[in-house]
Amino acid sequence: MSTTDFHSLWTAAAEPLGEIPTPEIEYVQLAPVLIVVGAAVLGVLVEAVVPRRARYHTQLFLSGVALACAFAAVVGLALSGHATTKAQISAMGAIAVDGPALFLQGTILLTSLVAVFTFAERRLDPAHHGHRVDSFAAEAAAVPGSDHEKAAVKAGFTTTEVFPLVLFAITGMLVFPAANDLLTLFIALEVFSLPLYLLCAVARRKRMMSQEAAVKYFLLGAFASAFLLFGIALLYGYAGSVSYARIADVVDGAVGTVDPALAATMSNDVLLLIGFAMVLMGLLFKVGAVPFHMWTPDVYQGAPTPVTGFMAAATKVAAFGAMLRLLYVVLPGLRWDWRPVMWGVAIVTMLAGAIVAITQTDIKRLLAYSSIAHAGFILAGVIAATPDGVSSTLFYLAAYSFVTVGAFAVVTLVRDAGGEATHLSKWAGLGRRSPLVAAVFAVFLLAFAGIPLTSGFSGKFAVFKAAAEGGAGVLVVVGVIASAIAAFFYIRVIVLMFFSEPHPEGPTVAVPSPLTTTAIGVGVAVTLVLGLAPQYFLDLAGQAGVFVR
Amino acid sequence: MNPVNYLYLAALLFTIGAAGVLIRRNAIILFMCVELMLNACNLALVAFSRMHGNLDGQIIAFFTMVVAAAEVVVGLAIIVSLFRARHSASVDDASLMKL
Repeated sequence: MSTTDFHSLWTAAAEPLGEIPTPEIEYVQLAPVLIVVGAAVLGVLVEAVVPRRARYHTQLFLSGVALACAFAAVVGLALSGHATTKAQISAMGAIAVDGPALFLQGTILLTSLVAVFTFAERRLDPAHHGHRVDSFAAEAAAVPGSDHEKAAVKAGFTTTEVFPLVLFAITGMLVFPAANDLLTLFIALEVFSLPLYLLCAVARRKRMMSQEAAVKYFLLGAFASAFLLFGIALLYGYAGSVSYARIADVVDGAVGTVDPALAATMSNDVLLLIGFAMVLMGLLFKVGAVPFHMWTPDVYQGAPTPVTGFMAAATKVAAFGAMLRLLYVVLPGLRWDWRPVMWGVAIVTMLAGAIVAITQTDIKRLLAYSSIAHAGFILAGVIAATPDGVSSTLFYLAAYSFVTVGAFAVVTLVRDAGGEATHLSKWAGLGRRSPLVAAVFAVFLLAFAGIPLTSGFSGKFAVFKAAAEGGAGVLVVVGVIASAIAAFFYIRVIVLMFFSEPHPEGPTVAVPSPLTTTAIGVGVAVTLVLGLAPQYFLDLAGQAGVFVR
Repeated sequence: MNPVNYLYLAALLFTIGAAGVLIRRNAIILFMCVELMLNACNLALVAFSRMHGNLDGQIIAFFTMVVAAAEVVVGLAIIVSLFRARHSASVDDASLMKL
């Protein structure tokens, strides 16, 4: 890299600039994202102008309608061929509209819709001063236990801001797996992360824990996104562009004209390898893969349970989508470099998640470690680096996300005087006290464990099959061993629920409103349908498995 | 001056920031270290932009500034609420969820 070759751009700035061409934005193809972000902005407006008493219903209606419309838009785009033949890159190269993007956007929208129902649940806690309350603080800014907080509770305040916040988060998640340049990737990451940090901090019960979870998530999340950004800077330095297609061309050496600056950076593999590793690190942090998983248990435990369910399901879908696109579109030329590393990460993730989960005594922490193990299983599909690998990963993500939202919705139902009774000892004998709730939770646990006839089995089978065919046999063996270890603690919870004596002063099971019932019902239905008749959905994921470049 | 020197400076600043996040215990200092890392990214982006002679890097630097500002808003809100509840901004004191 010499100092002499400065570009004409820097010396000829005095010349008049040509006309800046108007960017072409394909509004129809971007409709799902635009609907959700529009509703989020409207939601902020609702907070400003609608009287306090009407806000909850307005926000719930707005969020529900927006998510349903956005899902309809995704289905419409897929039916009109944008997932297959008419797949294209829109918004001046920023966003890809193709099979994987639409499949993941559909999954995110449906799970988010279900998760928003659990956000809106108001029948679990007894009414305070005649006001129905949900899982969120009366006033998040009030110090826990202060007079200010008591006054807010007495006045019946609720944090209805969670609805616009969750819509903003969903916007980011919709863009994240569709991002087709590194700048969009980074912005989408921040757009969905920042609202999630806030959502973690606004629990109604156990507020100190909730705030602690938010601080941990925020500091570690910001740390990880700084790594991602530095990786982006290095990749930009390497290729002279942030567009995925351009970087892929430069990696493959398939660029037409090479100016001296690009020739100098292109020959420098250090920029490419370190930059790529740092970007991947940022994404692995978001999916909670070992060794970037340290935040997961604390944040899952401390965050309000509906938020945990949403975060566990939707973040994972979005982040794996982005990772798939990065690995399959930008860096197929580097496969021999990234596969060994990802092998290691996947093996450590599966084993660490499964083994550490055995020692957990809190149901939310247990599910957090189980989600780490699942990240490892999904990574096995990502590593396959075949079309089957993509489609099996897509299927696994869809199956897993509904189970997760459902499972955390069940956790919100088991309560004692202090709010949710999350300690495992309190779940003893739940099956005798309320057989239905325990049976539903058992179905979710069996799906997590990957028992046949549940969606977990179809997903795991598809992923392991793709991995084995992609030449990752060792990974499959480790995966099966990790599944066996994981099955142990899932079954242990089932045994605890059904075959031990209930505590006399054990928790009660709240009777939820139709909102949470719907969330749990959808979870069970998807689990069983994907378990009993997965073929249609596997075909759908198979058709959606081609990335546009 | 050779733009590569700015890259070395950016890497140095990033490392200082990262080390700060790992070593320091006050949430505010941690947060400032993260901001230092983001600014190191900006410097690298602008230096690369100069080397390649296109404006992409400078545009990204603007986006990064906006993101950093948004992060300050969210981060300070969370850290201040933690501080008001505990009268301490140490991340070691925040350990309600240890096993």
